[in-house]
Amino acid sequence: MGTDGAKRVPLQALGLLVAVLALVVLCLLSIWLGSKEISVTAVWQVLWRDDGSADAVVIHSVRIPRTLLAVAVGAALGLAGALMQALTRNPLAEPGLLGVNAGAAFSIVFAIAVLGVTSLYSYIWFAFAGALGASVVVYVLGNRGRTEASPVRLALAGVAVTALLTSFTSALVLTDPVALNRYRFWSAGSLAGPVSGSLVRVAPFLVVGAVLALAAAPALNSMALGDDTAKALGRRLGLVRAQGVVAVTLLTGGAVAVAGPIMFIGLVIPHIARFVTGPDHRWLLPYSMVLSPCLLLVADIVGRVVTRPAETQVGIVVALIGAPFFIALVRRRRRLAEL
Amino acid sequence: MLTRAHGRTTFQVGPVSGVLRPRMILVGAALLVVTLAPFCYGMTIGSFPISLPGVVRAMFGAGDPGAVYIVRDLRLPRALAGLLAGLAFGMAGAIFQTVTRNPLASPDIVGVNAGAAALVVAGITFGFGSATVLGVIGGLGAGLLVYVLSWRRGTTGYRFILVGVGVAAMCASITDFLMTKAQVFEAQRAMGWLVGSLNDRDWSQVQPLAIVLAVLTPVAVFLGPWARQLQLGDEVALGLGTPVRAAHLALLVTGVGMAAFATASAGPVLFVALVAPQIAQRLTGMAWPPVLVSGLTGSAVILAADVVGRHILPSAQLPVGVVTGALGAPVLLWLLTRR
Repeated sequence: MGTDGAKRVPLQALGLLVAVLALVVLCLLSIWLGSKEISVTAVWQVLWRDDGSADAVVIHSVRIPRTLLAVAVGAALGLAGALMQALTRNPLAEPGLLGVNAGAAFSIVFAIAVLGVTSLYSYIWFAFAGALGASVVVYVLGNRGRTEASPVRLALAGVAVTALLTSFTSALVLTDPVALNRYRFWSAGSLAGPVSGSLVRVAPFLVVGAVLALAAAPALNSMALGDDTAKALGRRLGLVRAQGVVAVTLLTGGAVAVAGPIMFIGLVIPHIARFVTGPDHRWLLPYSMVLSPCLLLVADIVGRVVTRPAETQVGIVVALIGAPFFIALVRRRRRLAEL
Repeated sequence: MLTRAHGRTTFQVGPVSGVLRPRMILVGAALLVVTLAPFCYGMTIGSFPISLPGVVRAMFGAGDPGAVYIVRDLRLPRALAGLLAGLAFGMAGAIFQTVTRNPLASPDIVGVNAGAAALVVAGITFGFGSATVLGVIGGLGAGLLVYVLSWRRGTTGYRFILVGVGVAAMCASITDFLMTKAQVFEAQRAMGWLVGSLNDRDWSQVQPLAIVLAVLTPVAVFLGPWARQLQLGDEVALGLGTPVRAAHLALLVTGVGMAAFATASAGPVLFVALVAPQIAQRLTGMAWPPVLVSGLTGSAVILAADVVGRHILPSAQLPVGVVTGALGAPVLLWLLTRR
């Protein structure tokens, strides 16, 4: 592994650079394309100087915030997905496994149906609080009991809490048509809805989550060898697991609060990244973090352009274009890099 | 003939032999009682209460003609739909979790529920077909699609799971898309179907499922030993003389068939296929989810949920899928934290 691994480092770094460049290009495309057609030169001019024209308003108050939101949400979900799969050692794990999405959904529906909240601003905080609460409950339950915590227990506790919260959400939604009407659009996942400044509010959480996640990479590599081996290598499992859970909660909670539950991306991007990087988390995590916003931006652009001037929620488009691509990729590979 | 060896009791009757598991038999018997209690009780309650002896008399066609109609054509199909759907979901879940060696697996990972849901919601939105027929077609279609797409000189469990994730995500996003396009009235009907409901069942929904289960249940029990060997990993199973490819195919077809017909007759009742096998495994103290006990657990959860749902809101008839999560999840959590 030693020399082979050393040879692969420049290659991996080059690949990451290409991915970052692709992301930059997609960002520019996302600013250029939209329901209002603006010429490339006009975009370039107002991009640097806000001259107060109609084009400038569209670019600065709609498209740039939206693009930034896509990048932040995408990066958060990709990173959280890779982390979650590593923590549970399960290829079916996704960012919402700790009950984060279900907690946010329940909290928002509760706010709409029971508390009668209508302000979009407060949705963000209700969603974030719900996500946080659900995740804490799952972590505590997953670690309770006489035997030591295991990845399976954590995952199953997440499944059970998700089931419970989803039941409550469905019950509220089914008995309250007003709540259903708002919930069905929120639950499809969208980058369009908000609320200027919503990203700024959750940005600190996302940054802290990302730092915690990336810092855990070497420990995750040891944990992939099994709990006993990781312990023998000097890792403190409880600490790593807690760090991972906090990171996943901050990343996913922040993302779901501003964009609703965007499924699929956090589950699939780590698998795609693994085709390139293999099982090394020191590369897998950054790759997931960069590739994920790429897919999200492509989906968002397609959703905006195809049904212009109306648009299709990004959560829907992500799976519609991402899934065939993913299946084709899985079929082409003879050997799959397993977890 | 009973023999005791290595701390276990084995039996042999003619050509049939096996290990006698008193705890499994005990748990099975207890679950049978737990299943039958809500089954019988559910037949007596409703807007026209009938005593239990009255129900039995009506079942044989004696007594008040009104009661005969209510019991035979309204309550019996409903109770049977719950019983059979629970059996099917539980057994299908046990099969999938054993074959994929993944406690998070359920028929949902090959898109059975998602495929059925997409087609049924399309039917509701555009007003064509009956939910039962569309559900079967959608569920079987999705399962078949996953198998075909993951076929590459035999399929591996891992590739199967990944392709399944992709297909399920695509079906789910189609459902989401239809939900946002539907009128609010249709959306509410679709939502009601999506959480799974036993309201307004009739014999046309029970019969196909009953026939399928009569065929597939013996198959599932007969395939049990293969499933347990596959759980040791494909290589080990091959070494033990299991025809791995044939076993995979037979088990998956059995599981998909059960889940598709159950979804068609009761809707995608949330989490039963996932949670019931885990509960059964912990109750029996086995290393794998036992097929029949998982089925009984599924029935118990669904029937109990149906009775509870009718009691909480007698006017609104809370769909059973809303209650299964609220009822099954705490049981799983309790079992998780207990040991």
